[in-house]
Amino acid sequence: MAKRLGSQTIVLDKQPVILSGAGIVGKKEGDGPLARYFDDVVDDEYAGEKTFEAAESRILRDTYIKALEKSGKSAKDINIILSGDLLNQCTAASYAFRDVDIPYLGLFGACSTMSESLVIAAMMIDSGSVDYVVCAASSHFCSAERQFRYPLEYGSQRTPTAQWTVTGAGAVILGKEGQGPRITCITPGKIIDEGIKDSNNMGAAMAPAACDTIRNHLIDTGRSVDDFDMILTGDLGKFGSTMLRDLLKRSNIDLKDKHKDCGLLIFDIEKQGVDCGGSGCGCSAVVLSTYILNLFMQGTIKRLLFVATGALLSPTRIQQGETIPGIAHAVLIEA
Amino acid sequence: MKKQLSKHEYQKLVDEKAPGSRYIRNLFTAFITGGAICAVGQAIMMIFKNFGADKETTASATSIIMIFIGAFLTGINIYDEIGKFGGAGASVPITGFSNSIVSPAMEFKKEGHVMGVGAKMFLIAGPVLVYGIFASVVAGLLYFIWKQVM
Repeated sequence: MAKRLGSQTIVLDKQPVILSGAGIVGKKEGDGPLARYFDDVVDDEYAGEKTFEAAESRILRDTYIKALEKSGKSAKDINIILSGDLLNQCTAASYAFRDVDIPYLGLFGACSTMSESLVIAAMMIDSGSVDYVVCAASSHFCSAERQFRYPLEYGSQRTPTAQWTVTGAGAVILGKEGQGPRITCITPGKIIDEGIKDSNNMGAAMAPAACDTIRNHLIDTGRSVDDFDMILTGDLGKFGSTMLRDLLKRSNIDLKDKHKDCGLLIFDIEKQGVDCGGSGCGCSAVVLSTYILNLFMQGTIKRLLFVATGALLSPTRIQQGETIPGIAHAVLIEA
Repeated sequence: MKKQLSKHEYQKLVDEKAPGSRYIRNLFTAFITGGAICAVGQAIMMIFKNFGADKETTASATSIIMIFIGAFLTGINIYDEIGKFGGAGASVPITGFSNSIVSPAMEFKKEGHVMGVGAKMFLIAGPVLVYGIFASVVAGLLYFIWKQVM
């Protein structure tokens, strides 16, 4: 059975295995630096569907099918799907999986959804209640823009701290046994709100949450930054990453060259005009399911702390003058 | 261990460190874009005048044509690029007003003609209309009172 360690960390006994991962992205992401790791690049922003919302569901479902294919398992082996997205009522995921005939739990952790799903799936497998689980998350630039910002054709300028919602979905198949990197330890994060009100500066809103979770993970496990090959945050972007380094320094934690951010990996922020980098549930999901799993396969990294970050805001609460709560969950993945 | 930041200190730190807007560049591109749009309007106006149209007809016809140009450029996915470049220079002229109505109309077409296009069309322009009309009513009242007194 799993064991509690310190204030919020859980050490897993059965250590679930990431059997496979898949990631499908949109055109802009396909033009980015990670292009060769993606399973497919969808050039049409509608992905052959009638609406952006349906396109997101389509991409998510195709990603799940691809991940399943690569795992060598069949849909019958899967006990449950844990998935989520940014759309109201998590509809990208629920419409994506309405026809798959597998039990489903919809999750909302904003852009931290991928690590949230891994945290829950790992505990479920560890408890022996399920054998194989799908963990997935998606986002779509166009469906997110219309929900959170302005219509696409509206002519407006973005602020320099804004981030670009990734069009794409990532899925991994987690199993009780098999070949692949293992999830050995998890640290579910607390909601941290440091009073940031600017919804165009989500990196700054999420950085304190990432800082809190990373710090508590290190304290609970007694590890230091040097023990990791990489500490990978979800979508803090350029500015959020600067703030994370600054905040951790105040706790005498130096990230050195170990820190990477999915939002900075997926785009070339200078060339692709995405201001502070990528964001969205799909951002960390895609990067983890493709590029990072590839690094594990090649043996480049052996111990990774995956810390997807989320800004738990809604346009309504922001218009009402509320601040932005942030969250980050840490998942320790080891070869 | 160094002292942790309070909420207030963190917000201050973010304000200090956050990259600012490039004001000089933005002012320049807004000036160029807004100026170019107004120059086009002026040209249309002069053409109408040359054909001997009176003042009122010229003004109305120019507005109608500029609104059409704004709507058309929105429809063919160009006005958002102009807006990205020109900022306020593209949104303040009447073409920008047109863009702010046509873009949600296009975006929300998928939700139907009533609850989509109809309900969402004035999503951005709505507040401008409400307070624009309100301000004109106030100005009219003040003018009326002024005339009674004097």
